[in-house]
Amino acid sequence: MNIGNLIKISFRALSNNKMRAFLTMLGIIIGVASVITMLAIGQGSKVSIQSQISEMGSNMIMIQPGAGMMGGVRQSASDMQSLKMEDYNAIREKVDYISLISPSVSSSGQFIFGSNNYPASISGVNTEYTEIRKLTVDEGNMFSDLQIKSSAKVCVIGQTIVKNLFTNGENPIGKVIRFNKTPFTVIGTLKAKGYNSMGMDQDNIVLAPYTTIQKRILAITYIQGIFASATTEGVTDKATEQISEILRANHKLKATDDDDFNIRSQEELSSMLTSTSDMMTILLACIAGISLLVGGIGIMNIMYVSVKERTREIGLRMSIGAKSKDILAQFLIEAILISFTGGIIGVILGVGASVIVNLTLSWPVSILPYSVFLSFLVCTVTGVFFGWYPAKTASELDPIEALRYE
Amino acid sequence: MNKTIIEIKDMKRDFVVGTETVHALRGVSFNIKEGEFVTIMGASGSGKSTLLNQLGCLDTPSSGEYWLDGHSVGEMNKNERSTIRNRKIGFVFQSYNLLSKTTAIENVELPLIYNPAFTAKERRQKAQEALESVGLKDRLYHKSNQMSGGQMQRVAIARALVNDPVLILADEATGNLDSRTAFEIIVLFQELYRKGRTIIFVTHNPELAAFSSRNIVLRDGKIIKDINNETIASAREVLEKMPKQEEN
Ligand SMILES: Nc1ncnc2c1ncn2[C@@H]1O[C@H](COP(=O)(O)OP(=O)(O)O)[C@@H](O)[C@H]1O
Ligand SMILES: [Mg+2]
Repeated sequence: MNIGNLIKISFRALSNNKMRAFLTMLGIIIGVASVITMLAIGQGSKVSIQSQISEMGSNMIMIQPGAGMMGGVRQSASDMQSLKMEDYNAIREKVDYISLISPSVSSSGQFIFGSNNYPASISGVNTEYTEIRKLTVDEGNMFSDLQIKSSAKVCVIGQTIVKNLFTNGENPIGKVIRFNKTPFTVIGTLKAKGYNSMGMDQDNIVLAPYTTIQKRILAITYIQGIFASATTEGVTDKATEQISEILRANHKLKATDDDDFNIRSQEELSSMLTSTSDMMTILLACIAGISLLVGGIGIMNIMYVSVKERTREIGLRMSIGAKSKDILAQFLIEAILISFTGGIIGVILGVGASVIVNLTLSWPVSILPYSVFLSFLVCTVTGVFFGWYPAKTASELDPIEALRYE
Repeated sequence: MNKTIIEIKDMKRDFVVGTETVHALRGVSFNIKEGEFVTIMGASGSGKSTLLNQLGCLDTPSSGEYWLDGHSVGEMNKNERSTIRNRKIGFVFQSYNLLSKTTAIENVELPLIYNPAFTAKERRQKAQEALESVGLKDRLYHKSNQMSGGQMQRVAIARALVNDPVLILADEATGNLDSRTAFEIIVLFQELYRKGRTIIFVTHNPELAAFSSRNIVLRDGKIIKDINNETIASAREVLEKMPKQEEN
């Protein structure tokens, strides 16, 4: 019996029973499609959170004064005076794993331009800050090192500030706005970044030289924080360690003393946030797993029953000369045709459904190759096995027993 | 002298059902020569079907010997029995056993599909000839569920003929048909007999004995009568005397 004949037999058997073939396929289609779609949604939200976090800065490390807790009372970081310019300079010179670093001081108050005013805070930083936070200058320029040296009263403003102060659509560059009573010349605007994953408006921002804020606004010599960029994401931990050592040495802390500063990295933040989306992915994966299981059982049942139902047909085929292996081959080919066709349709539907979810609900989706592979594999293997197994049992019967099967 | 197609010696078949043993065949022996038309008769449960299944290599006897066209069936394995069924035997069952939703010609082709000696074209050709010989020339592409009982049995007979078997076995082939249609089928078997086919025809209806060349009667798994019939009645004559009805 040649394979061509077998394929012909299988095709005839399938096309003579299209409904049965379709119903069998349906289990596989739904199983595969639902798993792909659910995991795509889960993964999509994870990817989108990660990309939003990476938008916040490039391998950012944030250093603030004060331990996490002090006698059970969280002290405001800006009240602490333990972080000095010396610390900043030491880190800048000694830490190998950072590429960018900026001191940070800030003050909040009212910005005024003409008759418009808008409450916001002003951040005193250096020229590297924009790169650390992935900010880009839209129009005009960032302030220069020279302007930092001279504590120039210049600022670069975000789009939210532009919108609220320059309501008549004036060009902000060159205009003088006042922060409380101090006048600042706007020398640049920042490109819009929108809201971050925590719902913070990243365009509600005003940057000025840190020296200006220190001397002309706050009248302080310490700094309130340090922002740095690790050279790569992988060395964030090493950089954090070195910074910690340097600060402990600078602050003359004994081995038993707690840190009087705290260091947080973007990586930490990212793992914290992705853990919630991981939970969601796990939840969806569980649902997907269950639907795969239910789908598998469905495939198993319908395959088993539909082959069992054909025991008489098997008996007839054997009585007119089919060998056991002919029967097995026929049912195996049928099961493969059904399972693979169903699997492929399932993949197409799953991908299609993911795209539709993305387009209609604008949820981020990301299709995982392993979910496609795994669901396809599980469903087709179940389908093929449970198409083959009852056929094998039936083909081992004497033809007359198979013919008598009710 | 015609050659011997079937030779069985002391064939027994026991079925174990729970703790009981049913002796369906209690030692049956006979020879059948080429060209004979044998009816096997007996009451229901007398072992006719069991005997026919042994002759058709569909079942294995508990003991006894069986030669079919010179081959010892007892020494064959399952695959060899499949092959011998495919090449030497044609079956006609009471319940037709056609593939559902499948055209007449595809049903008839089926035995040849399991014989690699035939090409697709030869299969078509032979199936068509077989269907023509049973009078279904214009029903080649009708599906099994679009045909009457008589037509389905004709398809089954065509399927039994298509592989040029040495032996045609029929188990209550007219059992599901009304008497007129039944006689049409008998007419067909008589035509095959006249062409020299060897036929074994199982029936519980004693009236049908007159139309064959030899009668074997079973009771309780044993042969109680085995006679040759010298004056074979013509089924066609009987059919012509029957009240006519509309062919559907
Ligand atoms: N598969 C089987 N299992 C158990 N008993 C069987 C089986 N086939 C037939 N028999 C028994 O063998 C006897 C002969 O049956 P069968 O050959 O079918 O009779 P017939 O065809 O003459 O009506 C009956 O008593 C029947 O119950
Ligand atoms: Mg019977």
